[in-house]
Parts: sequence; C-alpha cells; structure tokens
Amino acid sequence: MAILDGKKAIIIGDRDGIPGPAIAECVKTAGAEVVFSSTECFV
Amino acid sequence: MDLENQKRVKEFADEYGAENLVVVLGAAEGEASGLAAETVTAGDPTFAGPLTGVQLGLKVYHVCEPEMKEEFDEEVYDEQISMMEMVLDVDDIINEMTAIRDEFCKF
Amino acid sequence: MNSVIKGASYVLVHTPDMVLYNGTTQTTERIVNPDSEYLKEVPNNLRSFKEAVEYWPNQTYIGNVHPDELAQVEFPWYDKNKEGADRFGRYGEIMPQEEFLFLVQASDMFEVVRLDKEFVAKYKDAFAANPIISEDIVEKVHEGVELGEIEHFVNEEHAEGLYHDGKLVGCVKRAHDIDVNLSAHVMHENLMSKASSVLALLYAVRNAGIDKADVEYVIDCAEEACGDMNQRGGGNFAKAAAEVAGLVSATGSDARGFCAAPAHALIEAAALVKSGAYKTVVVTSGGCTAKLGMNGKDHIKKGLPILEDCLGGFAVVISENDGVNPEIDLNMLGRHSVGTGSAPQAVIGSLVTDSLDKAGMKIPDIDKYSPEMQNPDITKPAGAGDVPLANYKMIAALAVKRGELDKKELAAFTKEHGLTGWAPTQGHIPSGVPYIGFAREDILDGKIRNAMIIGKGSLFLGRMTNLFDGVSFVIHGNTAEEESAAAGVSEEEVKGLIAKAMKDFAATLMAE
Repeated sequence: MAILDGKKAIIIGDRDGIPGPAIAECVKTAGAEVVFSSTECFV
Repeated sequence: MDLENQKRVKEFADEYGAENLVVVLGAAEGEASGLAAETVTAGDPTFAGPLTGVQLGLKVYHVCEPEMKEEFDEEVYDEQISMMEMVLDVDDIINEMTAIRDEFCKF
Repeated sequence: MNSVIKGASYVLVHTPDMVLYNGTTQTTERIVNPDSEYLKEVPNNLRSFKEAVEYWPNQTYIGNVHPDELAQVEFPWYDKNKEGADRFGRYGEIMPQEEFLFLVQASDMFEVVRLDKEFVAKYKDAFAANPIISEDIVEKVHEGVELGEIEHFVNEEHAEGLYHDGKLVGCVKRAHDIDVNLSAHVMHENLMSKASSVLALLYAVRNAGIDKADVEYVIDCAEEACGDMNQRGGGNFAKAAAEVAGLVSATGSDARGFCAAPAHALIEAAALVKSGAYKTVVVTSGGCTAKLGMNGKDHIKKGLPILEDCLGGFAVVISENDGVNPEIDLNMLGRHSVGTGSAPQAVIGSLVTDSLDKAGMKIPDIDKYSPEMQNPDITKPAGAGDVPLANYKMIAALAVKRGELDKKELAAFTKEHGLTGWAPTQGHIPSGVPYIGFAREDILDGKIRNAMIIGKGSLFLGRMTNLFDGVSFVIHGNTAEEESAAAGVSEEEVKGLIAKAMKDFAATLMAE
C-alpha cells in the first residue's frame, strides 16, 4: 500500500540537507497533499 | 525541532487525525533525522517544545529513503534531490529512521 | 579595471556571560523551563578566556594558524589546545569580555550603557593599553557608577544586565519607555554588534596599511536591525561604527540578506570602486549575541564545553586596482535568482557553474572554494554535520554530473579544493568571507591562482518568502599589467612614447 497517496504531508526540510520546497515537489508527485512545508536552519 | 514547527505538527494532528499524516524530513545527518523523527513520534527529546511528552506516533520518513523514492516521479526526484545522495550518508539515515519507526510509529 | 582586496581583519570577542544572559537558546529555555538542569549546567561548562584563545579554530580565525595547518590537527579540536597561543593575531584579536564592555560603552552615543565603578577602576587600564584602541576611543569611556544604580535600572526599569564572572557589573538601559525597537534587549544586541564591528574596522585599516581618512564608504552586513517604531530597520550601523572608528571621510549604508549579506556587500563594494563612485570601500560586520550558545544543549549533552562563546567580526578593505593585490572579478558572479528553485543541484549550479560557464572554466579550475566555513567542532555534535564538507561534496557531485570529475576523485576533490571549517556559528560571519584574508595572501604568495567565495542565506527564516538566497564571486591574481598589455601599450611604453615626444619637441625648439 502506498505511504503517501491520499495523505496529508508535513515537510520539515533542512537548509544543509534538503530544503522543504524541493521535498514538496517530490511529495506532490506521489499523490499526497502538502499541508505544511518548512526548512530548518541549525547554523 | 523548531518550536513553531512542533506547534504546527501538533495542530495538524488534531485537525486531520494522526493516522492521516505523513512527515517527510530533509535533515542533513542520521542523528538529526532520528531526533526529528523521535519528536513527531515519541515527543520532543529536548523537552523544549509543544511536543514534549506528546506521543503522536506519526508515520515519518526521510526523503532519501527507498520507501519514499519508490513513490516519487523519477524525473522530479532526479531533478530535485538525486545529487544529494552523493552528499548525505543515506545508509546512516536509513538506520536511524528505521530504528525510530520500529520503536515509536503507531501507524 | 577590477577593484582589489587591500586587506582584511578578523576579530573575536570572548563573551561567556552573554551566553547565559543573551543567547536565544538560553533565554528561550528560561521562559519555557526556568528551573531546567540545562540552565544550571551552563555556567559550569563555559570556557575560560585562555581556553578560548588556545582553541585552534579561533587561532585560525584571527590569522595565526593557516587553515591547512588546522586541517592537520586531529579532530575533534575542543580538547586540544594550542599551548601558549596569543590573543593577538595577524588579522585581529580575541578580545576578553572585560575589555570589550569598555568598547561597548565607547560605542554608545546615548548614555544607555552604565558600568560599575569598581569594574571600571579594575579593568580600564587594560582596555586603554591595547595598541589598536586609540586615545579618542579611550576618552569616550565614562566614570563608573555605584552598583546600586545599576541594580535599580535592571530590577526596576527593564535594563539588560552586563555580567562578568557571573556578577552584575553594568547595564544597558532602554532607550525609550514604550518603543520595543529601542528596548534594553534591542539596544544591547545592537551595541554588541556595533562595538565588534568597530573593532573589525580598526584592524582592517591597520592591516590594509591605509589612513582612516582614506575610507570613503562603509557597508555593514550584519543581521541586526536598528531603528525606532516608525522605521524599525532604519539603519545605519555602517556609519555609526565608522564614527567610533574615526573614519571621518566615510558615509555608508547597511546591506542585509541573512548569511548571504557579506558576499552581497563585497560585490557591491567591488562594483562601487570599479565604477569610480568611491576609491576605498570597507565591508564590515560585528557579531550576534542571540546566537551565543545556540547549540549549547547538544554540546553539554555530549560532554563538550559550550563552544559558541565568542562574538565574531570581520572587515574587508576594497580599493582601486593597485597593480599588486588580488582582484574581485565582477565578470564572474554567481547568483541564486527568484526562478532558480531550491533543489540543491539547482542552487549549486546557480552559485558555482553559471559564472564558470560564462568564463569557459570548469569546476576543478577554481583552486579553492570558500562556501560556509562553519567550524565542524561546533556543528557536528549538534547534528548539523560538517557544513563546509557537505558544500564541497555538493560541488564535487555537480562536477561528476557534468563530467568534469571522476566519481572516484570525489573525496580527493573535497580536500584539494576545499578547506576545513573554522568560523564560529555566528550566521553571516562564517559565510564565505573567513577565507578572504588567507586567500589574498595565498594568491600573493602564488600558492593558489584563484578562489570562489560563496555566501548563502536562509531568507525563509524572516517569513517574508520561502526562497533561499546566495551569491558568489571569484578572486584571482592581479591582472592590471596583462590588461594594459592587451590594450596594446604598457605603462612603460606610454612613458617611453611621452619621453620620445618631449625629446623630439625639444629638438625642434633647439633647431629653431
């Protein structure tokens, strides 16, 4: 069973890893609705 | 995890139901991924944010894990993320994420 | 002709007491968990001034240890001191807190800073003895006041306390009773930024070998905002710091852009000089009290001392081409644009390869890359990884994707074209600029041909946009001679032609 299809996705990206908007682009293609996308910064 | 982000996660769990949510992370390291995953499953391990003591048990993955990659459009993944596989220690991330999910994920 | 890098300065201020009282990790904890174990542990895990001075990355920051030498020191570094290290360095110094508080008072034009009488008596001479602190600055220090007066302001009038060795020794008063933009907290933060910028300016002028009066324009690129309720970010830190530093011919302005601001400011400075608008421009920045002890929880949890105990500052002097110093090449700028997106490969592409492509160069053609030079000793235990190394891996990965590097050489590339991070996690301070001082000397010494400075900024933290930002530029050896040669005639030839014309003219006169 698909993990993302039909689900609400919360995205916590990382400035020094993968930023939120880049993850959102991918998650959308898997049929999830992005309800929140943020990018954290530890430095 | 940022306190404001914790607050939003908690609000979404109340609004949509924890079973309908999936958290997708983009952290730079295994340990940081594990801490973020722990926060949205077992509660904030740093005891600072709104998720302290809140065991949401949400489904949580790192965007570079194979389970996620499998569901994405290949072309979009290649354009947005693939290069980072050469940069991040993906195996370490997978180990940390799997351990947290096995222990705390409720869905 | 391109403008040149005439000199650079790098300063640190060891402020252990501000970690507890002004770092946001600690002030937040005080609100959320006032009785927490962590807050009790902080004072026991702060480093002494000696330890901060002997810390290898700090010695690198002020120019006493080359990054190549730091890379040879076994990691981690927090438990290995550079015995007998000097607080003064080639590029600046590590100033102790007790002396810095005097510079803060000298930077205060509205008498909001009060220092305890005994404290002033005890430490003023040490401050005045510092060769970089000129007499006009020492004169700005006031007589101390009774401790009771300071306690009154802190307890009754919302003043921000100034502490040393855990004891109250002064305060920063609010500058307005109602306006939060002039609250004691904001005044404190801004004065610390301003005073550390002053220190950086003083050293920059010294290091570049110019007169204070030569500086025509100053650009401040810190991350603080000063103003009042009607113009919250009105500015202008640049001119305010220039005043204290005695740069009498200068005006200036503030450039903001989170951690990317220093790189933006340097491009602006180089363009201002190249255009002829100003002959000498200094880009400067002080440090950030809010970020002190930012990752303190992780450091203590892992048995490390709190390593984020210093404010950082730097300044770079940009001037007209002198035929000697390395140039900022304005034909090789990279920029993350609105349309670039946030995919890491697109980001690195916009910052690194777009400008290389224009110049017909490949990624390995740049000898050293200086992206975000955060000290991994600080970031690794906090789960943020080795930030410079991650940047180098991204650049190398892009080179592999473009067929300019073999995948097997990826690790070697990060060493050959990279540097080990040494800068404190003060936001804008580590962003590309820490290498400029060394890059200038390495190019002059012929150790490297060129370097790319990359600044990146997390604009999304301001909640005005979801966008990320960044700009880059390339520094290379001086090309004035080649440029003149390419233009057809060299300076020597021109001189020769003029001399010949004069002789001919004289000959005709004689003949007549």
